[in-house]
Amino acid sequence: MKYSYYPGCTLRTKAKDLDVYARASAAALGIELIEVEDWQCCGGVYPLGSDEIATKLSSVRALNAAKEKGQDLVTMCSACHHVIKRVNDDMKNVEDIRTRANNYMELEEPYAGETEVLHFLEVLRDRVGFDELKKRVKNPLKGKKIGAYYGCLLLRPSKLLSFDDPENPKIIEDFIRAIGAEPVIYPYRNECCGGYISLKEKDMSKNMCEKIMASAEGFGAEMLTTACPLCLYNLNKSTGAKLPVVYFTELLAEALGVKDEVKEEVQK
Amino acid sequence: MQRIGVFVCHCGSNIAATVDVSKVAETALMEPGVVHAEDYQYMCSEAGQAKIAAAIQEKGLTGIVVCSCSPRMHEATFRKAAERAGLNPYMVEIANIREHCSWIHKDMEEATKKAVILMRAAVAKVNLNTPLQAGESRVTKRALVIGGGIAGIQTALDIADAGYEVDIVEKTPSIGGRMSQLDKTFPTLDCSACILTPKMVEASAHEKINIYTYSEVEKVSGFVGDFTVDIRKKARCVDMDKCTGCGVCQEKCPSKKALSEFNRGLNTRSAIYTPFAQAIPNVPVIDREACIKFKTGKCGICSKVCQAGAIDYEQKDEIITEKYGAIVVATGFDTINLDKYDEYAYSQSKDVITSLELERVMNAAGPTHGHLERLSDGKAPKEIIFIQCVGSRCSDDRGKPYCSKICCMYTAKHAMLIRDKYPDVNVTVFYIDVRTPGKNFDEFYRRAVEQYGVNYIKGQVGKVIPQPDGKLLVQGSDLLDNRQILKEADMVVLATAIEPNPDVRKIATMLTASIDTNNFLTEAHAKLRPVESPTAGIFLSGVCQGPKDIPETVAQAGAAAVKAIGLLAKDKLLTNPCTAQSDVLLCNGCSTCENVCPYGAISYEDKEVNDHGIRETRRVAVVNNALCQGCGACTVACPSGAMDLQGFSNRQIIAEVDAICR
Repeated sequence: MKYSYYPGCTLRTKAKDLDVYARASAAALGIELIEVEDWQCCGGVYPLGSDEIATKLSSVRALNAAKEKGQDLVTMCSACHHVIKRVNDDMKNVEDIRTRANNYMELEEPYAGETEVLHFLEVLRDRVGFDELKKRVKNPLKGKKIGAYYGCLLLRPSKLLSFDDPENPKIIEDFIRAIGAEPVIYPYRNECCGGYISLKEKDMSKNMCEKIMASAEGFGAEMLTTACPLCLYNLNKSTGAKLPVVYFTELLAEALGVKDEVKEEVQK
Repeated sequence: MQRIGVFVCHCGSNIAATVDVSKVAETALMEPGVVHAEDYQYMCSEAGQAKIAAAIQEKGLTGIVVCSCSPRMHEATFRKAAERAGLNPYMVEIANIREHCSWIHKDMEEATKKAVILMRAAVAKVNLNTPLQAGESRVTKRALVIGGGIAGIQTALDIADAGYEVDIVEKTPSIGGRMSQLDKTFPTLDCSACILTPKMVEASAHEKINIYTYSEVEKVSGFVGDFTVDIRKKARCVDMDKCTGCGVCQEKCPSKKALSEFNRGLNTRSAIYTPFAQAIPNVPVIDREACIKFKTGKCGICSKVCQAGAIDYEQKDEIITEKYGAIVVATGFDTINLDKYDEYAYSQSKDVITSLELERVMNAAGPTHGHLERLSDGKAPKEIIFIQCVGSRCSDDRGKPYCSKICCMYTAKHAMLIRDKYPDVNVTVFYIDVRTPGKNFDEFYRRAVEQYGVNYIKGQVGKVIPQPDGKLLVQGSDLLDNRQILKEADMVVLATAIEPNPDVRKIATMLTASIDTNNFLTEAHAKLRPVESPTAGIFLSGVCQGPKDIPETVAQAGAAAVKAIGLLAKDKLLTNPCTAQSDVLLCNGCSTCENVCPYGAISYEDKEVNDHGIRETRRVAVVNNALCQGCGACTVACPSGAMDLQGFSNRQIIAEVDAICR
């Protein structure tokens, strides 16, 4: 299984663990993640301005690079996934954006949303299969009670992201089961952490994160797992890290028995 | 050559304000065959019809064109007027210059031009019209009612009381329908079973009514007055004649884990069961999926304990074929599936229930024996929150675009009953609008607010959040107070949208009755023919046509019965003479027409033909005029032009097109 891989900026700095453990796990599962050459920052937020294409071009470049290789494009970070998937939808369905972006890019063949964008969790669910993953687990995380934290970006807008049921998602729970741990279902797992509001209104974000943490803890979670660097940052920052929050890839690497091999790389 | 009269109607200002009617009449006189033309304010009035009659007689007209409203409005009126004046009614054509012209155009010059063109097309057609004679078909004096809820029961009773035989086909083991599941009914709060059971008994005892429960309509053929219907009587595994209804089998049945459909899955029942105590007939059925005997071959306890020897594991489904003159659809409704509404935590918490489930909880024969308690832990709730419009009035594709109509009233009823019986329980209702039109309805709702202190909050709920301690946190908004609300509750009740019974699609297809995008059966006219399907001989009763409460359902059930009785009272029906005919000399027996005919009216026969002196036997199409509905599908499909529709012949249609393009 070969995929084009878009890591994103945060995965080179704050969220190295999300990236490093993903690569190690992918290798262990026989998934080849080929980093898109010269990828650029996705912008972090999906640009809603419809008269501006510049903010969408980095996504289009990554999407087109994958298309030229004939590969699906895999993302790891929720925010990158959200931005690239939505820009891809624009390229497929919004004629005006497609025309202007292609006019600017002057590609040999215009790009019209041909690439399929997959979050790594979707690769695990739909391509590897959680049943198969379960078989590959060497070190099942038995007895660990883990709460999935989805946040908003992977789930909504639900029709477009078509990731999971936005009100009652289960992909991360199924993932947690596959690696041998016990998922804790709590009602705030799809609520917003505040996102970038934490830059301006710390208290608001703190309040939101505290509710999430309290709910997870109340239902018996010992730790939380997420795919989003910003969610992880907010949850850790605003609540004094009541419960540990880790990336799902770290859990995966641990379960596949490859965590220790790359531990040092994370700390670099 | 025809002698044609053209009559242009002003329809008050409906047509005359946009179309120069006198110009249309003047122009008509220049058309071939037209010997008379006039315009008048209301052609459909007595005076207008008299003008037509006078012209027919004085000028010896052989055909007329009325330029007026849609033929769906007044074609029958003008045909009758012509017939009274001695003209064959099929020599009348309507040029629709209202709906197709004056109502949709603003510019008088353009509209007049178009009206003239429409008039010309109709004149061109009449020039080729030939007198047609309606045939006759017989009427089977027996009605079929599909569905045995209050709608079906009422319709059946009314038809039977008029002296006609009625069969009720009910899918479940008992008649009674949704109403039998309700506890109390608004706005009088009388017990649902107390008013329904006598009707069920009356239907079952009525000498003219025959009830097939645990049965489904399998196939329908034929047409108005003469339908042939196959009914599948599902194997009950209990002999209806031998069973005494003693109930010992249900008591002794060791398999008791099947979810009770009647109690909305809130508790369990035995594998051999009657859905509820007052079931009619009081004869149980064996649920083969739950029955140990059917699953493992061992058990047979019910058979051993049955004193009457009524248990028959070998019983097979039986198909019976019956003839009917009229069919009434009364298939009712169900609540929608809440999978797409997970924000209300219905699938996550046992204490979030639908209103129909609350009916069962409140009912003495229900899973909690009528005690209001949380289904998770059996504790008495202190705070109950109702959420209205769950899936109703929904602008996206998760729910239904329509108002389910009954929820505001039953929510007020539930709130009031709870406050009455448990005064220490707080009741809050989140609503978008409170809609209570109906006799004594608004008074009822105001009583809930003013006398019973139910707390109504205008605003929608965004999320129901199950708490670790088992409470439910309800997050909503108060639009009047402009604030966000976070309120703790012990129970949440969802006023879930209703939708037509999912089986109705299948039934509509069998009946060739049309349904709308929400699966409600379509009425022949939204205002003037609300209980008839556009398909002749099919009538609509109850929620299958649109959301209704019990009084409205009963009223419509009676109306549908009257329409059916009107049909059954006739000995013969006039058939539409505008049916297809096949020209044996042109037909090459290709079967194309047979394949496109939606009514199964075309078959093939070997016929001896004389083709310009050559005598031979050919396989040719034959149309059964009794079955043909005159849709014209075969005439377009026929590659050799052998199929032609009387009254809408290929020549006539081409003449119309030519006239329009001239």
